[in-house]
Amino acid sequence: MSEIPAPEASPQGGNAIELKAPTARIEAGDAAARPASKIEVRGLKFYYNQSIALRSIDMSIYDRRVTALIGPSGCGKSTFLRTLNRIYELYPHMRAEGEVILDGENILGPSVDLNRLRARVGMVFQRPTPFPMSIHDNIAFGIRLYERLSAVEMDERVEWALTKAALWGEVKDKLRASGLSLSGGQQQRLCIARAIALNPEVVLLDEPASALDPISTQRIEELIKELREDYTVVIVTHNLQQAARVADYTALMYLGELVEFDDTETIFTRPKKKQTEDYVTGRFG
Amino acid sequence: MISLYRRRRLLNYFQMTVSVLVTALGIFVLASILWTLIGYGFEGLSLKMFTAMTPPPGNSGGVLNAIAGSIVLTALGIVIGAPIGVLAGTYLAEYSERGKIAEATRFINDILLSAPSILIGLFVYEVAVVPSRHFSAWAGAIALALIAIPVIVRTSEDMLRLVPNDLREAATALGAPRWKMITQVSYRAARAGILTGILLALARIAGETAPLLFTVLNNQFWSSNLDAPMANLPVVIFQFALSPYADWQQLAWASALLVTVTILGLNIFVRLTLGKRDKRS
Repeated sequence: MSEIPAPEASPQGGNAIELKAPTARIEAGDAAARPASKIEVRGLKFYYNQSIALRSIDMSIYDRRVTALIGPSGCGKSTFLRTLNRIYELYPHMRAEGEVILDGENILGPSVDLNRLRARVGMVFQRPTPFPMSIHDNIAFGIRLYERLSAVEMDERVEWALTKAALWGEVKDKLRASGLSLSGGQQQRLCIARAIALNPEVVLLDEPASALDPISTQRIEELIKELREDYTVVIVTHNLQQAARVADYTALMYLGELVEFDDTETIFTRPKKKQTEDYVTGRFG
Repeated sequence: MISLYRRRRLLNYFQMTVSVLVTALGIFVLASILWTLIGYGFEGLSLKMFTAMTPPPGNSGGVLNAIAGSIVLTALGIVIGAPIGVLAGTYLAEYSERGKIAEATRFINDILLSAPSILIGLFVYEVAVVPSRHFSAWAGAIALALIAIPVIVRTSEDMLRLVPNDLREAATALGAPRWKMITQVSYRAARAGILTGILLALARIAGETAPLLFTVLNNQFWSSNLDAPMANLPVVIFQFALSPYADWQQLAWASALLVTVTILGLNIFVRLTLGKRDKRS
């Protein structure tokens, strides 16, 4: 089960004081070094029809840090990621229970505006998913949903997002070309640009580099390290080295449970659990 | 071992030969229809055909009013049928994939797809012609729309289903409400396919005769009144081909050629332009 004891959920949902509790309890030694918690997950369960995919996850996701989720296929790490923006709601047979508290508000609650939530919590998928429209419009699509910008402001915002995603130099002369005309690595950076163009608070990355070649992967990883300056990043990855390279914190999941969660160095060098040690050294999974 | 391999190879040759022969037979039948049509119809093509109205018995003339009528009826049929077909296809693909209503709609749509077109004509005769007590272009357009709708529903649904779910998730993950996701992402991704479906439905209804017999009938004169019978090529072909006059029969052959070449051209146009655009994107 979880390494992090969950605090009792208060009826009002989370608050700042309470959120500090778990961090203090896990590692008393460097508790002061822990940043503020952005997302507090408590007793999260997830079901596909009747079958359970997540068995009561408790975990903190820290503000402006990169948190990696690792674990063998089918362990529930993607499922976990997909509860953080409730994208699973697209499919009627999926359902989540428990609490996911983003800045004090339980986003699993019934009164949450899903579209606004998703504007705050951006997501990038495993396979690049450029929309069948121009590069410019790919970025503008999301912005137009929430803001009325003049053409000039929009161009500036598109440039800003593409620059942030390290793609501007490659596409600045062909913004009107189809997003599908880009290479796979470029398409994925376009998708990252599209997500951050909305200025989200959290960026979810679901194996963002697994369909890319090594050079594109490297660029994405560099990008992730830069993103942590401004955003809280959660990344699902199959690649242990990638987790070690980009993440500040790493969580190992197995069979729908959180095995161990700690800062990345601890997970990879002196994990507390035998199972974690076996996994990171390649002995199972 | 060797003999088994040889047997398999022989079987392969046999299967391939049969397939090629059957394919050739199919193409031969189609080609001979076209060939016969060209043989009989080509000499009937003349400027007069496109400038004169359908003739009274004993006179020669053209089919201008029928060409215009066919264009009007087909266009109206598509204008009525395309939005209904696309929206129903959207419902099936995007909103209710496995619901009971969706299953029922899909089943009924499949039946409509294969319903004899004369039944559609009779149905519209009962619901539109009988109450108004006269044949009209409106009734004809409704009948044609009813034939076009199931085709468009089916192709729209199929094409929207080909849009990867990843794209829908990506749009949703940006906070797009469902209708924006559908209109701006799904439709865009499936545009070529949906348009192809509409144009193929158009080609299909352009040559329909049976539903028009009960609904617009025919008109020997130029008519732009949608509430009255209107001339149209299929019914003109039907009537003139049955007539005893040689020049009428000639006109029927030429009209048949005209309809066939137009539909063929439309199909080729669809394949060349939309098919290519699809591949590029």
